[in-house]
Amino acid sequence: MRIVFAFALVAVSFATQAQTLRIGLAEDPDILDPSMARTFVGRIVFAGLCDKLFDLDEKLNVVPQLATSYKWSADNKSLEIKLREGVTFHDGEKMDARAVKYSLERHKNMKGSNRRGELAVVSSVDAVDATTVRINLSAPFAPLLAVLTDRSGMVVSPKAAEAAGEKFGARPVCSGPFRFVERIAQDRITLERFPGYWNKGQIHFERIVYQPIPDATVRLANLRSGQLDFIERLAPADVPQLRSDGRFRIAKIVELGYQGITINVAKSDLAQKNPLGKDPRVREAFELSLDREALVKVAMEGEAQAGNQWVAPSNRYYAKSVTLPKRNLERAKQLLKEAGVANPSFTLMTPTASDAQRIAQVVQAMAKEAGFDVKIQSTEFATALKLQDQGQFEAFVLAWSGRADPDANLHQFLSCKGPLNGSGYCQEEVEARINEARTSLDPARRAAAYEVVARQVQKDRPIVYLFHRNWLWAHNAKLSGLRTVPDGMVRVQGLRMN
Amino acid sequence: MLRYLLRRLAQIIPTLFFVSVLIFVLQQLLPGDPAIALAGEDRDPDTVRYLRAKFHLDEPLPVRYWYWVSGALRGDLGESVRIQKPVTELILEKLPVTIQLAAMAMLIALGIGITAGVISAVKKDTWWDYGANVFALWGLSTPNFWLGILLILVFAVQLGWLPASGYVSPFEDLKANLSAMIMPAFVLGNAIAAVLMRHTRSAMLQVLSSDYVRTARAKGLDERVVILKHALRNALVPIITLGALEFGTLLSGAVLTEQVFTIPGFGKLIVDAVFNRDYLVVQGVVLFTATVYITLNLLADLAYFVVNPRMRVR
Repeated sequence: MRIVFAFALVAVSFATQAQTLRIGLAEDPDILDPSMARTFVGRIVFAGLCDKLFDLDEKLNVVPQLATSYKWSADNKSLEIKLREGVTFHDGEKMDARAVKYSLERHKNMKGSNRRGELAVVSSVDAVDATTVRINLSAPFAPLLAVLTDRSGMVVSPKAAEAAGEKFGARPVCSGPFRFVERIAQDRITLERFPGYWNKGQIHFERIVYQPIPDATVRLANLRSGQLDFIERLAPADVPQLRSDGRFRIAKIVELGYQGITINVAKSDLAQKNPLGKDPRVREAFELSLDREALVKVAMEGEAQAGNQWVAPSNRYYAKSVTLPKRNLERAKQLLKEAGVANPSFTLMTPTASDAQRIAQVVQAMAKEAGFDVKIQSTEFATALKLQDQGQFEAFVLAWSGRADPDANLHQFLSCKGPLNGSGYCQEEVEARINEARTSLDPARRAAAYEVVARQVQKDRPIVYLFHRNWLWAHNAKLSGLRTVPDGMVRVQGLRMN
Repeated sequence: MLRYLLRRLAQIIPTLFFVSVLIFVLQQLLPGDPAIALAGEDRDPDTVRYLRAKFHLDEPLPVRYWYWVSGALRGDLGESVRIQKPVTELILEKLPVTIQLAAMAMLIALGIGITAGVISAVKKDTWWDYGANVFALWGLSTPNFWLGILLILVFAVQLGWLPASGYVSPFEDLKANLSAMIMPAFVLGNAIAAVLMRHTRSAMLQVLSSDYVRTARAKGLDERVVILKHALRNALVPIITLGALEFGTLLSGAVLTEQVFTIPGFGKLIVDAVFNRDYLVVQGVVLFTATVYITLNLLADLAYFVVNPRMRVR
């Protein structure tokens, strides 16, 4: 009897171990090299593959992952991090201070690295001893910890990275819970459980297969037919139908990013040729013509949170004193009258994605009631980005996927020399306060600085922030242990199929 | 024969040169900056500069063309910037998938199209004929993506008989491979079957009214033999030509069907590459497809030369 019981136990545990988690992604990830990667879905795969120095919890607190603790220096210009002991990479090499130093320097210095901007303030990295690393900065930089919760904080095996050079992304070696098995472009990425993982008690799957399926209907069909266990970015229109099906569960989280309309206020000469770019009163009228709640209801089936800042109202750095403007058509018309343009006309450049198109159409209809003649110009994304960079646009519907620290949603877009400053906006006070917030480690001081920025930006409107989407996930009802962190990453630790 | 062969081979060189220039120049007409598209959401200026230099985007067009074509001559079509894989490797990875999908679609199309065409011609102006015509109209007017999603909902979601999408190599699991490929192959084959049916019907009607068929019938031959052996054989010539053309088109990738069923073939590869401005992938795949076309064309010409003695006299 005992033997039978033992066999049964082994069989049950084998069945649990042998399970494969199949995840449907909305896009095909790009290079799987933390230094060079640039896509959102790529980050989802990294969540299974590469551990980071720090991670985020559900409330956006920075919590240790490969680190165990940290300490800022008195002048806030260096960060000392204690590392977890006994961690190994997938190739058996030891994860220590030397590897962290190597990885950070690789992220910062490697040609073609997309992490250079985030780590620009890092002047040097010291491996103090085997488990202590010190990051020295040229100036205090508050977002550093948040930056280290993303790809910049991922530690790669120096031996594997040296051997592979620029080809590291074809066979990445990190220290995450799963190791790389194979990738068939546009078809699947397969990872298998790493037996040497430091936190292996939390891993309940033997394999993970990530499958890019761009069409939301097909992605959902795969979930419903049992081909997939989990899909990201469920179409809002499919929520009611799926909710009534007991075999599945829906999880949602408000994103870190935003959806907004960037207005060319000073990017090129075009700004002065158009009343929207030229006159703040026209921009105010445009904003007052919009009903964000209705926009969310119509364009997003209610699956978003209306917003007027670069962070969602639920974020700790949201300036509560700068409230969401309510629709006021009378005031909008009056402002247009004052500006001497009763029927201003402008072109709204819109990516071809269906949600962007819907937003543009609703905005067009709402603005028309105030007297605006909005012409929608559907433009393929790569072309739209180039036109934006050249200033060849009047207004542009653009989404930003967002980062954990508000600085990354703000600095690059609204500081004078921000690399993604599409509006051409440059305002002295805003510039000073953005810089103050990024160099101060005091949350209260940062919040105060952001409040000033929010008030001024609300007045100048280089970007009219509209809403923050919900990340909509759908999964098999038997899947438990899912953590909903606003960065939209699928954390595999703790996930299990009951 | 040898001289003819050499002459035809010599013609390939300027054709390929022209094709390569055309692909390269057309690609440059695409709006948008590839370096910006490749640099992703962050578009770090240093990265954009690096990508420009790495892919010679800051150099004059003829120089860039030379970099690409000299590599291609050495068998090196470059590397996908997006996923860091050599283009030749990507082509070799997708080619079997596309060939299998095209072959299965063609088999389905021939099976349905010719049968329906023959029945429609033989049973002209009967309910059989009307039925076949309605089928043809349906096949021609049904969008592939719609039929694809409908089939997924019925056979994968409702009935659970087939997988909704994805691809499994036949060497890994033949049954799973066929289950995954049957729906996309049917969607593609359905549209072609309609075209083939219309052509088979008109060719058969023409042949059935010819003198030799009347003679065959007058001889008292069984009607089945008359139709299948005497009439259909002759009617097949234009169908085979059409079938070959359709097959060629299938080989260059069935974009929408591959997208709906997530089949990792040429179509999906090239569309993703265009949207991401992964120039070397687009150029490599188009050049490869063009070379296959030209080679097949040459082989067809040579076959014609072999089977038709009058060619040799000229």
